Amino acid sequence: MAETMITAANLVKRFGDVTAVNNISFSVKKGEVFAFLGPNGAGKSTTIKMLTTLLQPTSGEITLSGFDVVTQQEEARKSFGIVFQDPSVDDELTAKENMWLHAVLYNVPKAEIDTRIKELLTLVELWDRRDSRVKTFSGGMKRRLEIARGLLHHPAVLFLDEPTIGLDTQTRNLLWDYVKSLNKTKHMTIFFTTHYLEEAENIAENIAIIDHGIIIAKGTTETLKKITKTKTLEAAYLKLTGKELRDEAANGTERLKLRYRARGGGIR
Amino acid sequence: MRVIYALWLRQIKRYSRARSRLVGAVGQPLLFLLALGYGLGSVFKRAGGGNYLHFLVPGIMAQTVLFSSMFFGINIIFDRQFGFLKETMVTPVSRLKIMLGSALGGATTSLAQGLLVFIISLFLGFRPYNWVMLLVVILILAMLATALTSFSSGVGAFVNDFQGFQAINQFLIFPLYFLSGALYPLTNAPTALRIIADVNPISYAVDALRAALINQSHYGYTKDFLVLGITMTILVLFGVYRFRRIEA
Ligand SMILES: Nc1ncnc2c1ncn2[C@@H]1O[C@H](COP(=O)(O)OP(=O)(O)O)[C@@H](O)[C@H]1O
Ligand SMILES: [Mg+2]
Repeated sequence: MAETMITAANLVKRFGDVTAVNNISFSVKKGEVFAFLGPNGAGKSTTIKMLTTLLQPTSGEITLSGFDVVTQQEEARKSFGIVFQDPSVDDELTAKENMWLHAVLYNVPKAEIDTRIKELLTLVELWDRRDSRVKTFSGGMKRRLEIARGLLHHPAVLFLDEPTIGLDTQTRNLLWDYVKSLNKTKHMTIFFTTHYLEEAENIAENIAIIDHGIIIAKGTTETLKKITKTKTLEAAYLKLTGKELRDEAANGTERLKLRYRARGGGIR
Repeated sequence: MRVIYALWLRQIKRYSRARSRLVGAVGQPLLFLLALGYGLGSVFKRAGGGNYLHFLVPGIMAQTVLFSSMFFGINIIFDRQFGFLKETMVTPVSRLKIMLGSALGGATTSLAQGLLVFIISLFLGFRPYNWVMLLVVILILAMLATALTSFSSGVGAFVNDFQGFQAINQFLIFPLYFLSGALYPLTNAPTALRIIADVNPISYAVDALRAALINQSHYGYTKDFLVLGITMTILVLFGVYRFRRIEA
């Protein structure tokens, strides 16, 4: 049995009377690529925020790389990197300045900083724009910068929260190739969320599907297809979560109705 | 140290790229110097207070640092709104370094503004009694600025919105400023005003500046620096404490 890298046990997060994450448990092995799927508002980002010390769980336990995320925050923070779903770069700084600051915050060896910055900015096709301030970038360019920055230090676990949203196909492929190579060569554990199911199908070894704060299915793509008697991950996913569009701000009763329909409705 | 430097540098760059800020930073103290310095000058002289402009310059320098440092926390709110705060909060860097690095950046720009007021006052005819004392002046302004930018960062860390931050600031800045002896001598002030000034740490910064610039002191250097040092320590700890509790 390989070492476990992430364990979440009976994790709950409430915001007032909204239960964003409702008693979920899972574990991710060292070196594994793990996909966390679910509709908008399912609780994916909230879970990632708890795993990465940004939010305190209402209850439950998390260990990351052997450290308790709640009581040993500083040690836990040493073991992960993250690409957030929402913007987190400094608009007033240039692309290179953002990268450099990140490298210093994560204590990347001095001798490697410049080469890594060049390699990554070239990968995301921003090297020519390295000295432009980020506020002059388009949405897609900012997204690429976020990703490049997230890959700058080489953590034991990398969290990617919808990293490819708003990116073109070429860039998405480049990103996943790079992530896969980090996973292979550095044995980096990858935990990601996405709405592009083919990405999960292609690279994830294990998948958990979360809906309304509850994990409704776990396993490999094969397992999920088998239990839902479907042929693709997408079909399995739709069968498990229902077909309705979700709005992140959907209120409680609306969600309840959606849920009923999701459970009852037959899907092709 | 490299982390503190990197975060310091970020604030310096951000500040220097927003040039319009400088106009506001200098305009207000200049207005105070001209309106009060010249407007009240003759009354002050007749009352036997000497040259009011000379008396006022240390007060306006303290004011400049007070106002700009107390607004530094707005940067934390912006960082939260624009998302950058998350980036620093997940790093393994200690909250002390994160808070201090940024606050020192803000303190540096405040200090620079305070010194700019000093340079402007030279054009209005102000002269320090001893130029060497300028080093002491820099020390005092740096301590005051560090104390207040740390405090303000702490406030920015737990107030989520711009309006709330402004409200707290308005509530604090004006009493701290007007009841500090920045504008009038404490020696002859009514007892009530004097007692309030005695518990206001800004009074001691103003007093130390006045001692260093025009050799005129109400409390004496020892007391001034003691109060300034203790205030700075407490406010830095306050800032760090609030940073430890940020949720993003
Ligand atoms: N800070 C917050 N305050 C209140 N509710 C929140 C907060 N963050 C998330 N939520 C709610 O929690 C639920 C899960 O959100 P989130 O984890 O962002 O979902 P996902 O990332 O799966 O789209 C949503 O209903 C969302 O509105
Ligand atoms: Mg999300």
